[in-house]
Amino acid sequence: MTNVLVVITSPDGTLKKNQQELLTLGRSLGDVSVALTGDASAAAAAAAYGASVSYTAPESLGSYGASAQAAFVAEAVSRSGAATVLLENTVAAKETAAILGVKLGAGVVTDVVSLAADGAATKSVLAGAYTTVARSRGAVAVHTVKSHAVEPSEAPVEGRVEAVELPESAFATAARVLSREAKPKSGRPELSEARIIVAGGRGVDGDFGPVEELADLLGAAVGASRVATDNGWIGHDSQVGQTGVVVSPQLYISAGISGAIQQKAGMQTSRVIVAINSDEDAPVFEIADFGIVGDLFQVLPQASEELRRRKG
Amino acid sequence: MKIVVLVKHVPDAQFDRHLSGPGNTVDRSESILSELDEYALEAALQLSEARGGEKGGNSVIALTMGPDGAANSIKKSLQIGAGEGYHLSDAALAGSDAAATSLALSAALNRIAQDGPIDLVIGGMASTDGETSLVPAQLAERLGWAYLGHAKSVDVDGDSVTVNREVDGHAEILQASLPAVVSVTDQINEPRYPNFKGIIAAKRKKTHPLSLSEVGLDASAVGTQGSLTVLDEAQERPARTQGTIITDEGDAGIKLVEFLAAEKLI
Ligand SMILES: Cc1cc2nc3c(=O)[nH]c(=O)nc-3n(C[C@H](O)[C@H](O)[C@H](O)COP(=O)(O)OP(=O)(O)OC[C@H]3O[C@@H](n4cnc5c(N)ncnc54)[C@H](O)[C@@H]3O)c2cc1C
Ligand SMILES: Nc1ncnc2c1ncn2[C@@H]1O[C@H](COP(=O)(O)O)[C@@H](O)[C@H]1O
Repeated sequence: MTNVLVVITSPDGTLKKNQQELLTLGRSLGDVSVALTGDASAAAAAAAYGASVSYTAPESLGSYGASAQAAFVAEAVSRSGAATVLLENTVAAKETAAILGVKLGAGVVTDVVSLAADGAATKSVLAGAYTTVARSRGAVAVHTVKSHAVEPSEAPVEGRVEAVELPESAFATAARVLSREAKPKSGRPELSEARIIVAGGRGVDGDFGPVEELADLLGAAVGASRVATDNGWIGHDSQVGQTGVVVSPQLYISAGISGAIQQKAGMQTSRVIVAINSDEDAPVFEIADFGIVGDLFQVLPQASEELRRRKG
Repeated sequence: MKIVVLVKHVPDAQFDRHLSGPGNTVDRSESILSELDEYALEAALQLSEARGGEKGGNSVIALTMGPDGAANSIKKSLQIGAGEGYHLSDAALAGSDAAATSLALSAALNRIAQDGPIDLVIGGMASTDGETSLVPAQLAERLGWAYLGHAKSVDVDGDSVTVNREVDGHAEILQASLPAVVSVTDQINEPRYPNFKGIIAAKRKKTHPLSLSEVGLDASAVGTQGSLTVLDEAQERPARTQGTIITDEGDAGIKLVEFLAAEKLI
């Protein structure tokens, strides 16, 4: 069996669903241990998902940028003898993965959607135009894995905690974090996790009300085009596309969005796409499974009304 | 201040893009300067101009690694406002992954630094073909410099660089000593276009070609040989086809819900 190291950051001692997924995926590949930053009490939660050892980071690590984080993970790799490292697919995790790759001479594969026991990592490239299988050639393979790679399941073990100390040199070239503030949460599902997304663009003209109403009735996340976020109608976190979040939900409802190439790059691998646009020539219709040429301010509220009626 | 901007020559996303050949590499025939690297160039030009530009002793240098055609990305960078360009090109570089690319770029930067130390390297948040965001961070690690990624603002004060960024649901401020590597998002500025004056001025600017041996690298360290990842298989996703398009006749909202119910999405 190979040893697998899962990198987890937990601000509050709990595990997010995609972290539970990483641990579950790790178990399908070998013996799992965890490199844990943040609240060390998350080690208990990790043990519930099969992590036999949790290597915990010095508290000061949170005040430093990616290279210090990578130095910590590299130390955990050496202690655990891991041949595979799994990280989340966030910006911060990709930075850690990148630097870890250089430190270990390890191949790094990002945006992995599934990972086989033989190390074959499936991912899509060129904005979803191709599905590829990538492999790492180094002694260690580093993967950043997207949400939903597996269904999370518990497999409790007796977990052990090992504190890792780092030499001064680990912090030498790291950027310092002067401040870090969590942005307020909307209460809706996160874009990268959501099964359904309702997204609005310039066509909402400053009013996300009808988009949000439909989203809440569907239990959906709210997405947006760059025009909508640039105008400040909704937070940048909601931007879908090349420079926003890349999503692949079961259902993407696009309202008042033309379907520019950079928007499509973030949503065209959705299972079902519905588009509402007043311009019948809008490019978004070329990739829509169901398109409505019409005014979103008529169509969305009517759909919400119908959903409410059906729910009784 | 001496700033090097990393510019990549990438297939134009307005056309269909293809993978081919043994290593499933990207076909680069219809290629352009990666649009996300225009933000890096603009950020460098603004930092330089705020300090008096070239007259104030500042320089902005464009660096690319890529085949012959990549000279066009340098040319465009010079037209937009970079002072000079470096083009690392060698047949052995084809098929380089992020590890090999960052190694080659670090060697090129060491070569450029022989003419005077570099203060800052700025890249884009991701290349529009590789899309990994790995290269700038790996480059920083190879140089032993700090990395500040995904900046939506960048300021230099004395020998320190400060970056604001919004990532993973957090607003952060990062700071490091120079030299450093920064990557910037499309939130940071509004890139300028080459104007007539810039296009004329670019004709007098220099592009320095660099070969692998000039940067001191062996062919086996880069390209498919030096890469730590391989693309074993590549399958083109079937193009999405248009489904049913209706025009609203006053009941499209209801039809939408009927469609969702038929698809078992509600
Ligand atoms: C480097 C770069 C990166 C980018 N990254 C992204 C990205 O990540 N995500 C992204 O989305 N964009 C991105 N863009 C921007 C992209 O090019 C487009 O400009 C943007 O997606 C357009 O947004 P939109 O569709 O909302 O606006 P528009 O293109 O203006 O389209 C608005 C649409 O709304 C329709 N409409 C208007 N009123 C109504 C109504 N009442 N009812 C129904 N329909 C109506 C119109 O017919 C039109 O089709 C990027 C651009 C660049 C250069
Ligand atoms: N071949 C290259 N030549 C110059 N710069 C590059 C090259 N590859 C990547 N970069 C830089 O690294 C950034 C991120 O690219 P990537 O890691 O491929 O997503 C790009 O926006 C460029 O600034």
